[in-house]
Amino acid sequence: MMKRILAFFLLVCTLPAAATVKVLATLPEWEALAREIGGERVEATSATSARQDPHRIEARPSLIARARAADLVVATGAELEIGWLPVLLRESGNSRIQPGQPGYLETAALVRLRDVPHAVDRSMGDVHAAGDPHFHLDPRNIAPVAVALAERLARIDPAGAETYRANLARFQARWQAALTRWEAEGAALKGVAFLQAHRSFGYLADWLGMENRGELEPKPGVEPGGAHLSRIVANQQSAPAALILHAAYQDEAAGRWVADRAGIPLVLLPYTVGGTPQAGDLFGLFDDTLARLNRAVRGRP
Amino acid sequence: MQSKILVAALACAFAWPASATADNTQLAAELAALQEQIAQMRTAYEGRIAALEEKLAAADKRRADDATTPAQTASQARSQAPVAHGGASAFNPEISLILQGAYKRAKEVEERHIGGFVGAAHHHDGDEHGDDKRGFLLDHSELVLAANIDPHFRGQTTVALLDGEAELEEAWFQTTSLGHGVGIRAGRFFSGIGYLNEQHAHQWDFYEQPLMYKALFGEHGYSQDGVQLKWVAPLATFLEFGAEIGRGQNFPGTERNLNGANSRALFAHVGGDIGTSSSWRAGLSWLQTRAEERENHFESEVFGEAHGAFSGRSRVWIADFVYKWAPDGNPARRNFKLQAEYFHRKENGHLAVEDEESPWRTRQSGYYLAGVYQFTPNWRAGLRYDRLDSGRQFLGDNPAGIEIEHYQPRRVSAMVDYSWSEFSRLRLQLSRDRAMPGVIDNQVMLQYVMSLGSHGAHKF
Repeated sequence: MMKRILAFFLLVCTLPAAATVKVLATLPEWEALAREIGGERVEATSATSARQDPHRIEARPSLIARARAADLVVATGAELEIGWLPVLLRESGNSRIQPGQPGYLETAALVRLRDVPHAVDRSMGDVHAAGDPHFHLDPRNIAPVAVALAERLARIDPAGAETYRANLARFQARWQAALTRWEAEGAALKGVAFLQAHRSFGYLADWLGMENRGELEPKPGVEPGGAHLSRIVANQQSAPAALILHAAYQDEAAGRWVADRAGIPLVLLPYTVGGTPQAGDLFGLFDDTLARLNRAVRGRP
Repeated sequence: MQSKILVAALACAFAWPASATADNTQLAAELAALQEQIAQMRTAYEGRIAALEEKLAAADKRRADDATTPAQTASQARSQAPVAHGGASAFNPEISLILQGAYKRAKEVEERHIGGFVGAAHHHDGDEHGDDKRGFLLDHSELVLAANIDPHFRGQTTVALLDGEAELEEAWFQTTSLGHGVGIRAGRFFSGIGYLNEQHAHQWDFYEQPLMYKALFGEHGYSQDGVQLKWVAPLATFLEFGAEIGRGQNFPGTERNLNGANSRALFAHVGGDIGTSSSWRAGLSWLQTRAEERENHFESEVFGEAHGAFSGRSRVWIADFVYKWAPDGNPARRNFKLQAEYFHRKENGHLAVEDEESPWRTRQSGYYLAGVYQFTPNWRAGLRYDRLDSGRQFLGDNPAGIEIEHYQPRRVSAMVDYSWSEFSRLRLQLSRDRAMPGVIDNQVMLQYVMSLGSHGAHKF
């Protein structure tokens, strides 16, 4: 009996060593990227879904359990996850994924962020001192993250270094090809003016050359009121926008209200992987984003 | 045999994470290898790559021209990344300050207490928190400083400030680098027992804590001067165990001038998700302390108003449960929280009143049930029901003629609060307080909670 119990413990001990690298991504886009680079060698999950506001997540017990088991945490940083990720990391008791360790990758440090405020004050709303953290919507920003992720995976799992290198090379080639295709598809969007629910699509606009006419939120993270929305509708006279963009996790009531009064379409964009049925992976995310934008612009009378 | 299993389990726990780290120098080698591999692929797929290469070169050039997203490797980016704060201040701790105050309308009640329960002594004379005062009230301003100390430790201190007093609510450090799910915290900290105990006043969903907590620990929850060990089990389901030992100078214990520990606590938490919209956590906790001449007021048939001093052992069990719901797991707009805790306390010792001494054996219990619904991003409404049972109070022959109150204190509270942002909140609460026999106190509270400074991250 005792031998059996010992054998069981030994079995349990040896199991994780043979298992895959567990990647806990804070957001679906990093989960998708980890799948691209890690392939079969990683088991990637995301702490949030496309239906959840990444600013406002609870440090749920299930997430602590997943952080406890993770070999690598891939986060955005730039204060996007500040309300919950620090608690997850601390409560997990997992030393491998603490900031500064190889098991913690903060992707915002790999790209240059836009809208870095010169001064921060809470009277400006929930501003991010490090800059706008929604940088994944410029697909050119995915490339440096992919390189860093392959490096990290190779450090954590040296036996798989070859695989990660090969997967990275394959991904980079596909991504470059897709970029060329997307930029051709997005040509018609250049100069198109839009409104957005939250400041989520700044990078997308930069990439496609679209023109941001402002947010429905009066200030980041602050709910829009009737007076503010009326002003936005009135502004349509002087500086008209052609579209209103919103993500799956954002409420569409305010956008619908303005869209009806201004007579412009309210366009749901996937925002991240899983945000729409078509956005099944990173390629699908941009394929579908461009398809939806093009449809909305073409459908305009 | 038992010890063999233990050894095997320990060996297992420490051998668990087989993650290896490599030198930075290896990265350079890997990059070189990567380039080599690309070169190999190039020769192999010459034709197809050539076309791709042209596009790649064009894209690279475009990217190089584009100042906002320069092509860069990870290591370059890190050195280029803008630093938000410079110089010595870059290492300043996260600072936050909580401002709290209220207007309270309540009955004038002599010697307000919880019927059938001995009260926790107040920390200072005259500092009676919100509960016994009415009118315009200023609560403690809570100053929190926290930071990583080095790669191995994190520290935090919480000071409650009010009128010439600065009460050190928390001052602890905890480990961050032990791994294997283990965390050790030492210093002064709120004990991990129960659900609400670790939460600060500004996190409460109601104006005051439940009657149960006030009866158990007084105004502030149970804090330990000691050491806490926590371990998260390596399972898919959240399972956490904790143990604490400490000085145990706070109610229901007292200062005892010992070399050893006067308080011991154990707790276990389990939790998980139900689908994408619901999550829960349940816990069981145990706390044991000893009191030496713990003073309380008693009404005595022999001495009139008398001082009684309890010496003996106090043990508390708490069962807690929290359930949270949010559509698609996105609590930003709508969410619901249901929480309940139940306690059972057993005290065993003797009570000295003037010259008389009698046994003191009590078994008391109580619970609360609270639900809070956020129905728009700014508005929340909540209901709470508190009920305690003074239970069994045995004083033997009771030579001092102590008047024993048998009572079931209860209170119903309804609140609605509005939050302009995550940092400001205004709350209106109505309570029907029947914590004392013969008194029905209908209370109205209007409370504000304002948070300045760094963005705190709260536990589940």
